[in-house]
Amino acid sequence: MVSPKRSSILGLLPRLGGYALLVLGGVLTIAPFYFMFVFATHQRSEIFGFPPPLWFGEHFWSNYQILLQKIPFWRAYWNTFYLAFMITITTLFFCSLAGFGFAMYNFRWREPLFAVVLATLLIPAILNLIPFYLLIYQIGWINTPKALWVPAMAGAVGIFMMRQYIVSAIPRELVDAARIDGCSEFQIYWRIVLPLVRPALGTLGLITFIGAWNKFADVNVIMRTQETKTLPVVLRTLQGATDVEWGAIMAGTALLVAPLLLVFALAARQLMEGLTSGAVKN
Amino acid sequence: MRKSMASNRLQPDVGFNFWMRWSNFQRRYAPYIFISPFFVLFLVFGLYPSLFSLYMSFQSWTPSDGWGRWKFVGLENYTFTFTDPMFWRSFWNTLWLGVFSGVPQHLIAIPLAFVIHMVLSRFKTFVTAVYFLPYITSSVAIALIFNTLFATHNGVINLVIAQLNTWPLLGALLPDQNINWFTSANIKYALAVVVVWQFTGWNTLLYLSAIQAIPKDLYEAAAVDGASRWQQFRYITLPLLRPMMFFAVSLTIIGNMQLFEQPFVLLNGGASTATPGGQTVTMYMYRTAFEWLEMGTAASIAWILFVFIGILTYLNNLAFGRAARGGD
Repeated sequence: MVSPKRSSILGLLPRLGGYALLVLGGVLTIAPFYFMFVFATHQRSEIFGFPPPLWFGEHFWSNYQILLQKIPFWRAYWNTFYLAFMITITTLFFCSLAGFGFAMYNFRWREPLFAVVLATLLIPAILNLIPFYLLIYQIGWINTPKALWVPAMAGAVGIFMMRQYIVSAIPRELVDAARIDGCSEFQIYWRIVLPLVRPALGTLGLITFIGAWNKFADVNVIMRTQETKTLPVVLRTLQGATDVEWGAIMAGTALLVAPLLLVFALAARQLMEGLTSGAVKN
Repeated sequence: MRKSMASNRLQPDVGFNFWMRWSNFQRRYAPYIFISPFFVLFLVFGLYPSLFSLYMSFQSWTPSDGWGRWKFVGLENYTFTFTDPMFWRSFWNTLWLGVFSGVPQHLIAIPLAFVIHMVLSRFKTFVTAVYFLPYITSSVAIALIFNTLFATHNGVINLVIAQLNTWPLLGALLPDQNINWFTSANIKYALAVVVVWQFTGWNTLLYLSAIQAIPKDLYEAAAVDGASRWQQFRYITLPLLRPMMFFAVSLTIIGNMQLFEQPFVLLNGGASTATPGGQTVTMYMYRTAFEWLEMGTAASIAWILFVFIGILTYLNNLAFGRAARGGD
């Protein structure tokens, strides 16, 4: 016979094992971020010395000075922000408008057109990189931010998200009532729908901003001068030099990653729920 | 507009007709106008470039030829690519990475999601958020960080391996010397570690959301029947996760076949001596276009990969899809 006490300890074991596993995985996940911040405060010679630094040093300021000297750092920071901001604002408008169109109207070809929107999600993005570059080259948009945000104004993910939310959150009677009151269709969208979909706009805005902030492949081919590049692209160019200043690169990387970590700390739940909502409903 | 309608009510004349017509017009065409930005942008920046690259793949062109001076070369780009050992090397790298950076993500994420669901309640969101952090981080930033961690001399990862080497049993499996990760033979392992680290949290979140959607009474009924935790996982959780597995595996296939930023940064844009062993098809395509300026050949590489991804997606659909749609 197993005594009750012993069985409760045995019952606890899987739970303790679970905790241990979660902590180990968590440490492995956090460690690279930790080293990024630590290395940002050390010189190159310290980073690759023995033992490697495990705690913060005092060279953040000099790393920062190296950054300013080697790359147009704040210019790149502004470019990154501007691009992310433009993509986010336009996406919120055009995706909610299209989502409203798909959610609240019956019109000819609605289903096939919506299927086309979803199908574009399956097109591997990077395969268009070269013809996209040639098109931008042809219309003379090389080195201009609009080459990167105009094509990204109305993505399929956003339309899908907004449509799902509007279908579930806005009763059709409300739209009909507004119409009887004399609202034009655009006024219905602007005055009735938009205020009611704010939670979904918040989530879509976060997702879009993060994606745009981290853009690399297309920025890398479209923005050819140091002054027009975004931070991820310009940080990458530091790596190509001889005697790479890894401390400075880590400082720049930390400054690139930090705002997103902050945003994520404030809105992690909303973001994670938003990202999975589409997947679960499917 | 409301004002004009009010005044029209008082004077039903030409203005009234105009208002009625406008009202009908905007009501009828509003949905088309609302959805049109997507389609305009897709046609111009999505479909047109795709079709143009198909056309390009049968042409020879390099920027010094001057714009528009395309030369039709038939299947030459395709025969060149198919007989190019560098292409096949990058294709092999992509497949290897697809498997070894893809499969572990799911093998870790499914049990991890199950454990999070079973043992945590209050800290569930916090723990999931921690695991999710790499997913919202720039791939370039991640690759740069790992570039320092994988350093041969006194790199953190090599030092940890040296430490583990002193442990019994485990030590026998590990090499005694520092590993130079940046060689053609070793770079793949480093890349796989980076990709697994970056995307396991995303898959965990997907599986966790699917697990949470499974009705509790299923587990309760199983527990009453005497099913152990393992049996509950094996006979309830796993089968009900199949639709999500289909979705998550599809995303992994599409993503892994296009891996670009991580190898691009870890291989220093192609300048690293480890490039042949680590560059993926997309990176090779990029270099064909922008380093060797062979746009037509690059387009043929893109289309070969596109068709290959299509085949993989189809096979995944055969394996998982029917069950995922509930028609097992």
